[in-house]
Amino acid sequence: MSDTNHHIVPYRTYGLILVLLLVLTGISVAVTQIELSRWATLAALLLACTKSVFVLAVFMHLKFDHTIYKVMVVFIMLVMAAVIVLTFFDYGFR
Amino acid sequence: MSEHIAHHDEHRDDEGSKLGIWLFIFTELLFFGGLFITYAVYRHGNQEAFHLAGKELNVTIGTINTVILLISSMTIAMATTSIQKKDKRTTLALIAITLVLALVFLVNKYFEWSAKIDHGIWPGSPLLEELGRGDTLFFGLYYFMTGLHALHIIIGMVLIAVIYRRVKNDRLTHDNFQLLENGGLYWHLVDLIWIFLFPLFYLIA
Repeated sequence: MSDTNHHIVPYRTYGLILVLLLVLTGISVAVTQIELSRWATLAALLLACTKSVFVLAVFMHLKFDHTIYKVMVVFIMLVMAAVIVLTFFDYGFR
Repeated sequence: MSEHIAHHDEHRDDEGSKLGIWLFIFTELLFFGGLFITYAVYRHGNQEAFHLAGKELNVTIGTINTVILLISSMTIAMATTSIQKKDKRTTLALIAITLVLALVFLVNKYFEWSAKIDHGIWPGSPLLEELGRGDTLFFGLYYFMTGLHALHIIIGMVLIAVIYRRVKNDRLTHDNFQLLENGGLYWHLVDLIWIFLFPLFYLIA
């Protein structure tokens, strides 16, 4: 990894990511307005996760930053996932 | 890390500053994460009520606000590019657009909440008590989580306004713009939280 202090991200990259995020938003609205209830929930959440990956990677510069930031973000996500799983081990089996 | 920072008179640690804002962002993520888990647990226990209550929310206004926040995230991100290109005018314009979009978001939120309150739905309202536990929980979480998010928008606007002033006064420049980047990171966090609030409250009814 290069250790350039700041990578100048072109405007175009940000523009493309915005278009992508808007398309994903459109898809999640469309998917949930059709009656496919169970799958719609899953799809909306997966789309939200996809959107946040783009925001984190490009808007928040994780893609261009030191590896340590990526490691920390992944760690926090794993902590969250562990808490969610443990919570539902409790509530799911009551 | 091998930055070769020339010796300035002032003491500055951009990398440390960025690490600090990231650590703060993690505490915020865990804070909202706890609320999302609360939502998930109550939804699990009151599926029918959450389903019907979610239909009460206005998908159009929610979608418009999503689009507004996404665009504002892009404009503040672009400002970190323009400042590095020493383009002060564009930087100021992009920051100003971000602020205006944030304000529009809040105005929409105002109309949205007003409409709900006009329909007799607010925390502890007699109508909610009549509707029962599931609706009370749904709208309690709705007001609390979107309200807390709106508070973050207001804090972000103050921060971005400070940044605007400093760019204007040349206190933030192409070789000293960490505050702009940190403000941007905070603003993207606000966007990230909304990316999850929107489907959970407005879409998956």
